[in-house]
This record gives sequence, structure tokens and C-alpha cells, in this order.
Amino acid sequence: MKRRIRILIAKPGLDGHDRGAKFVARSLRDAGAEIIYTGIRQTPEAIAAAAVQEDVDFLGLSCLSGAHNRLFPEVVKLVRELGGQDIVVFGGGVIPKRDWPGLNEAGIRFIFGPGTPMSDVIAVIRENAPADAELAP
Amino acid sequence: MSFDEIDQKWVQGSLAKTLAKAPERQPAFTTPSGSEIRRLYTPADSRVGTDPVQYSERIGFPGTFPFTRGVQPTMYRGRLWTMRQYAGFGTAKESNRRYRYLLEQGQTGLSVAFDLPTQIGMDSDSPMAAGEVGKVGVAIDTLADMEILFDEIPLDRVTTSMTINAPAMVLLAMYIAVAGKRGIPASELGGTIQNDILKEYIARGTYIFPPRPSMRLITDIFGYCTGNVPKWNTISISGYHLREAGCTAVQEVAFTLADGIAYVEAAIKAGLDVDDFASRLSFFFNVHNNFIEEVAKFRAARRIWAGIMRDRFGAKNPKSWMLRFHTQTAGSTLTAQQPENNAIRVAIQTLAAVAGGTQSLHTNSRDEALGLPTEDSVRLALRTQQIVAYESGVADTIDPFGGSWAIEAETDRIESEALEYIGEVDRLGGMIAAIEAGFVQKQIQDSAFRAGREIDDGTRRIVGVNCFQMENEVEPEILQINPETEACQVASLEAIRKARDNDAVAAALAAVKDAAVSGANLFPPVLQAVSAYASLGEICNVMRDVFGEYREEVVL
Repeated sequence: MKRRIRILIAKPGLDGHDRGAKFVARSLRDAGAEIIYTGIRQTPEAIAAAAVQEDVDFLGLSCLSGAHNRLFPEVVKLVRELGGQDIVVFGGGVIPKRDWPGLNEAGIRFIFGPGTPMSDVIAVIRENAPADAELAP
Repeated sequence: MSFDEIDQKWVQGSLAKTLAKAPERQPAFTTPSGSEIRRLYTPADSRVGTDPVQYSERIGFPGTFPFTRGVQPTMYRGRLWTMRQYAGFGTAKESNRRYRYLLEQGQTGLSVAFDLPTQIGMDSDSPMAAGEVGKVGVAIDTLADMEILFDEIPLDRVTTSMTINAPAMVLLAMYIAVAGKRGIPASELGGTIQNDILKEYIARGTYIFPPRPSMRLITDIFGYCTGNVPKWNTISISGYHLREAGCTAVQEVAFTLADGIAYVEAAIKAGLDVDDFASRLSFFFNVHNNFIEEVAKFRAARRIWAGIMRDRFGAKNPKSWMLRFHTQTAGSTLTAQQPENNAIRVAIQTLAAVAGGTQSLHTNSRDEALGLPTEDSVRLALRTQQIVAYESGVADTIDPFGGSWAIEAETDRIESEALEYIGEVDRLGGMIAAIEAGFVQKQIQDSAFRAGREIDDGTRRIVGVNCFQMENEVEPEILQINPETEACQVASLEAIRKARDNDAVAAALAAVKDAAVSGANLFPPVLQAVSAYASLGEICNVMRDVFGEYREEVVL
């Protein structure tokens, strides 16, 4: 019997736009993931610590304030330092395409822009989940 | 024969025949708010009909109670709405350049966007500010930044709106201080501070202090401005962000007016007379995609507020009954896909805001789902307003859709459903209690989730997103913030800290602390502190020590 996929959805920085993060969190919960949502205004340190302590499989970062280039790579760096080597990090929000390659290189594996269908997000989660975990609605 | 009878004759006759042969496009039609859209409205759907007594009580004339048709007797035939584009990015110098550009292009009022550290009362060198300085607005640390921001802008002639909430007192004090240095008395200044903390807890997120001391800051501002800055709109009670967070049109009206009730109650409790401050209350609404529902929403909001002020609070001055409002087109309706389509959405929304009788308007730029707007996009957005104002003709007749059976029926529906919600908030003990219980947040989130689901599963069609898509879209050029902004801002803040009279700053900050503790009006010591070049973060930190900080109740 496989365990449920665990996902942390987090809002780094000062941005208060949480509609998208909450929509993704709730949709993934409905799709059968175990979801932890941090709430807004989290430091990269707090997010990285939570991801590692909660032993999540995925970490989703949301930012609509334009601070993603600073905050997302910082979170990934801290997660790795704390030993979360296998945590798959993805991002969403208002993130211009020109920033995608740099973020990918910094370890943000997937970026979901506005209007991404949830089925795309769920497919990515399924394909990249560890062998012993699954979405269990 | 009654209307119902002739209506039934049609329903059972030619309509039934047509439906039997050819069903409609969808089994049901709903607004993005989830309300049913009826096939047809007839005089039977409006409770008012043509009865003159009903007409004057429920619809009336522009400039008279209940203001359903507008707050001024001549509306846009007298003066057009204020075209006010929300703008600000990077440093004060860059934003000042954008403001001067917008004024040159025919904009008639300023609207300042502050960056998040400023909105949350943090200096640019605060660790939490890293990466956010100058991003969603201009960075303001001290009076020196404010002086640059308004350089060569005639503060005695232009009105300025500032989207600032938790630290609203500090930024208004800086504005007054800049004007004072140029010899313009505070009594001459016109503009608005948003100063609406309740919706920050519900949706927008730039709170600092807990609700109760925050409400005290707001009533201190009301109290100070009544005598000293009488032309200033001391609050802009905002439904905009609630709608952006996903609530329905009805919830937008209901929760905004319920917030309004909370502020009026707090001010009365603080000893102010309702007619002394009520005419300085202003509102801020969203204008979304569904044209009919949006026009009706504005009309319903005016009618409800007039009743609340006159009957619930006993305001005597007709100015206290008027709901005056700013509108912004709905950012959440902008799509990253085929962004040029957004210009069309904005045009339709503009038409609805004007038909709904707005006092001022911000039109979003087509590229805002991608990033901050370019100068070209902002100009097109402003031109959209100018075309509606000068070419469409809707500005030349007051409340041009009034009397449309659909509009009147929708106005009635939104009014009655919003009143039910307001009653629910009252039963929970008012808006602060309803927020603390998570009621409002949960209502909004459920609506947002429903709306998101509808788009995701295709039942709500969004052109370019879930239908009529294009392959291989090329992203247009978008504005990039100078990466040096943060370092420049931190360096200039350091320079000011060195150059200013730090004894005067310490004394002024001590006076802020004394007033925060004693309960004396905080405005005079804050004005003193900003004038001594105390920074926003320093002033807010003094208040943090006394008031504490709010932590979000996460509702999912």
C-alpha cells in the first residue's frame, strides 16, 4: 500500500495574493495529496525548515510581487542545506517567461503560469512522485 | 391581463415551441458570481414599475436619496469622472517621472502604488524587505523620498490617492509635510488614503497591528483630518480586493458595506459625530466582466449605503448618505494568454463602471497578468477611458441603463442578497468578530474555489485560456525593474540617517510612543516625527512595540 504524496504550498516574502496558492492547495487536496499550507509572509528560512521537518515530497512556491528571482532560489538553497535533497520544488504566480530559465537552473523544476489547468499540475505531481507515494482521492 | 399572465402566454406558447425544436446553448446561464441569469426581464421583474411613489423611494433622482441613479444631479454632464491610474515602481525618482508622463497624457488625478515593505511599515533595509523593494510600487522610507516623489507636481491642484493602509497615518503625514514645505496648507489638500485595514485581514494581507489598535489609528485619522485636512477622503472602504480574492458581486457589496458599518461604529464610539466625518468616507469597488451585474451592483451599493447612513446611524446631512466610489477594472480577469484581449475586457469593464456612476476610475493595462505595465500599455488603458468619456456617449445621459428591466431587477436582487449577508455579519457581532471567526474569509474562499473550478473544468469559458487558444504565443515586452533599485534605496536611507538631527528624531519617536500608550491622538506626534526625517520603519516599530503584531489565521 502506497502512502499519500505530501506537498507544502508556501508564500515567501511579503506578497498577500493568496488566491492562486489556495486554489492549487485545495485542488491538490481534492486530488488526493496531503497538503500543508503556510499562509502569507513567510521567510525562506521558515519555509525551508517546514518543508524538511514535514518531510514533504513537493514544495510549491507562489509569488505575485516580482520578488521570485530573489526568494525562490533562496528557498531551494536552504532546503538543500537542511537535507531536503529529494524535495521537488515548483513555482507559480506572475513570473515572466524570461525568468524561467534562471529559476529552472536554481532548482525550481516546474513553473506554472496564470491559467495553467490543474490537470497539468496534477500530471507533473504524478510523474515526479517517489515510487512509494501516490495521490489517493 | 397581468404581466405574469402575458408572460406565461409567451412562455407556454412561442418560447416552448422554439425550445422544443432548438434547446439553448447551455442548460443554465450564470454570472461569474454564480447568480442565475434569466432569459428575459419584463416590467413584472422590477418591484418599482412605474408607480411614482415607489420610483422616488427606491430609484429616485440623481443627487437625491437613495442615490440609486448617482450622487450628483448632473453626473458626468457636469464633470467627468477622475481618470486615476494607479502607478508606482522602483525609486521615487522613477515614479515621479511616470506621474508626470501620465499628467501630460491627460490623466486628471494621481494614484500612488507603494512597494510591499512600505505598505507593511518596513524600511528598505529590513531583512524581510529583501527582494521586494520597489517591486509592486515605489519605495518610501523617509520624507526625503516623498519630496522627490512629488517633485514639480502641483499638490494644491492635483488630487492624490494613496493605496496605504496599516501605516496610512505616516504616509499622509509625509504628504502634508511635503506640501507644508512648499507653503501649501493642509486644508487645501485633496485626495484619499485607503486606510481600510479590515479588508487587509480578509484578503489583501498588508496588515501590521491587531484589529483593535488598527481601528484606533483609523479613528485618530478621522478625528485629526476633520479639523485639519477637511478636503481629504480619510478612508476608501474597499471591496476591490475582496473581489480579486474571489468573492461574488453580492459579497463584494455586502462585506464592503459591513466594513463601512464597522468604521462608522468605531468613530461614533470614539466620540465623533457621524455628520462630521461621514461625508469624507469613500469607497472602492471592482468592475468585473458581467456587464449587467456590475452596473446593477454599483446602483445597489449606493441605495443600501444611503439607507444605512440615514436610518441606522441617523445621519442628517445628505452628504453623509452618499456612497462615492473609485473603481478599478478587475485584475483577476486579465489573462496571460493572448494578452491583447485584455484591452477589450478592460473596455467593457470601463463602460460598466461609467454606467454605474463611478467618481474615479483606474483601467488596468493589457500586460498586467505578465508583470508591471509598460508605458505604452498604460497609455492604451488611459485612452480607453478617454474614448468612453468623449466618444461613446454613455457619459452624456445620467444612469443610462436605469429603467432597464434587467438592470432594475438585478439591482433589487443584489440589494436584497447583500442585506441578508449584512444581517449575518450583524448576528456574528459585527465585522471584526466575523473576521476573527474566519467567517468572511471562508465565504470568499468558497466562492473563489467555485469560480476557479468552473474555469478549470471549462464550464466558464475564458477566451484564450480554456477556449480559442493559440499555440506558441510570444510573450510581449514587459517592464523590468532596475535591479539596482534596492541597493540605491538602502544607500540613500543610510545617508539620511547620518545627515538628520538624530536627537530630534529620538525625541519625536518618544512622543509617538507616549501617545500610542496614553491614547492621545497619534497624528500630531507622527507628523512631527516624519518632519524630523524619522523613517517609516522606525515610526511603525515604535507602534509595534506598543500594539503588537497581527498573525494570520490560515483558513483553507
